[in-house]
Amino acid sequence: MATRRNTLDLLAPWLVIAAVVIVWELICRVFQVSEFIIPPPSSIVSSLLEFPGPIAWHSWQTLWRTVIGFGIGIVVGIVLGFVIGSSRFMYNAIYPVMVGFNSVPKAAVVPILIVWFGIGTVPAIITAFLICFFPIVVNVATGLATLEPELEDVLRSLGATRLDVLIKVGLPRSLPYFFASLKVAITLAFVGTVVSEISASNDGIGYLMMSAGSSMRMGLVFAGLLVISVMAVVMYYFFAALEKRMTGWATRGMEAPT
Amino acid sequence: MNTAVASSARTMVDFKAVDLAYDAEGGNAIEDINLTIHEGEFVAIVGPSGCGKSTFMKLVSGLRPPTKGSVTVDGGVVRGPLKIVGMAFQAPTLLPWRTTLDNLMLPLEIVEPYRSNLKSSRAQFHERARALLKTVGLQGNEEKFPWQLSGGMQQRASICRALIHDPKLLLLDEPFGALDAFTREELWCVLRDLWSAKRFTVVLVTHDLREATFLADTVYVMSKRPGRMLLRKEIPLERPRDLEITYSDTFTAIVHELREHIGRIRKT
Repeated sequence: MATRRNTLDLLAPWLVIAAVVIVWELICRVFQVSEFIIPPPSSIVSSLLEFPGPIAWHSWQTLWRTVIGFGIGIVVGIVLGFVIGSSRFMYNAIYPVMVGFNSVPKAAVVPILIVWFGIGTVPAIITAFLICFFPIVVNVATGLATLEPELEDVLRSLGATRLDVLIKVGLPRSLPYFFASLKVAITLAFVGTVVSEISASNDGIGYLMMSAGSSMRMGLVFAGLLVISVMAVVMYYFFAALEKRMTGWATRGMEAPT
Repeated sequence: MNTAVASSARTMVDFKAVDLAYDAEGGNAIEDINLTIHEGEFVAIVGPSGCGKSTFMKLVSGLRPPTKGSVTVDGGVVRGPLKIVGMAFQAPTLLPWRTTLDNLMLPLEIVEPYRSNLKSSRAQFHERARALLKTVGLQGNEEKFPWQLSGGMQQRASICRALIHDPKLLLLDEPFGALDAFTREELWCVLRDLWSAKRFTVVLVTHDLREATFLADTVYVMSKRPGRMLLRKEIPLERPRDLEITYSDTFTAIVHELREHIGRIRKT
């Protein structure tokens, strides 16, 4: 019984995907939806098979830009989160600015970046970074700021310095928050890269979709969407697995107390 | 008998006319505290909730300086955190990413001289932690994580963590408050045995008058905020004390007397 349930759990997402594809294909065929509006899955697949080389190359461009932007986002996110989370004063001073900054639509920043850096790789990386670092900052800061006061008393009464408390307790404590934020941030980073590529690049999936769209090749546009989704899902599960490995103690609850 | 021993012993904690106000508007949290705790004495502080018992702990441990008066611990005026202190609270506050053994190691990673010797003496420190866990009946649980232990076991581990660096002064802030009655009595005995073996000085803050009477040499009753020491009561029960004693008439009479004082405070 238990194993049957497990197989079903594993199959469930694939069943949902299959159902969506079938319904989509059926709707397109039955109502004879024009390919220029919504292409059926079959034509998306045939676009994929028609241009595997170019799609792979553009995907690669998008992927490495995203990863670099994301990497910068992690570094900046950790540093800022550390600063904000470790002192009430810094928290109060910086947080409002961060929220204001984060509410600026990043698509609106791209034209500015183009003026500064030209088109292509640099604005894509920066956009990915700008859009993804905020959740990391917030989560790291929260993890550090929500230390139990009793525990801090225990350590401080032993003569622990602020740095001791941060390293021994604050950092490990904020790790689950940090890894949770990575899962959100990596998908946002893809959004950033593609948004920038759409308006300011000669390669990458964003550019591919843009140029395919302007020549009315909707199958290829949707193929681009599909590739982005697949990359984002793979990265998401990579970080989910990493999270489980690093902070399994935070997602417990299966074991009965002895 | 105990009190005779205690009064001849060295002074461990000395409060002289101590006030503490957290902020200027709020008034004093505790006021005009005068008391002396001898080395090796087991002191319990009881009082209605919000009377500043925890504030008292912060003063003893050096986490807060007094607004007025002076606090002397182990012969020196308290100016900052004291490394000779071990603390445990109602919440066990064990680190969930460390095993029980590694949780016990935490104070040793902070307090000198252990801290500097950590690399060379790790095995020896582990041995010490294991031995301590054994005295509270936690052998076999060294490699378990706190969330795999029951509440009572977590609290035992928490008390071990407070004792691992051989503190001269153990501060306990309602350590058994969250436990069920049976586990609580069991841990009273654990604490009693640890104390009899090592004879550190204990300050136990509690709501439980039976707990205070069973464990302590001296019980202090605090008033409502601003907290003052209203009563000092020496517990004349012979040691070693067995749990059975809690059903004796003498015991009940003492608890009753303390209860009356608390009741009077609550009415005012």
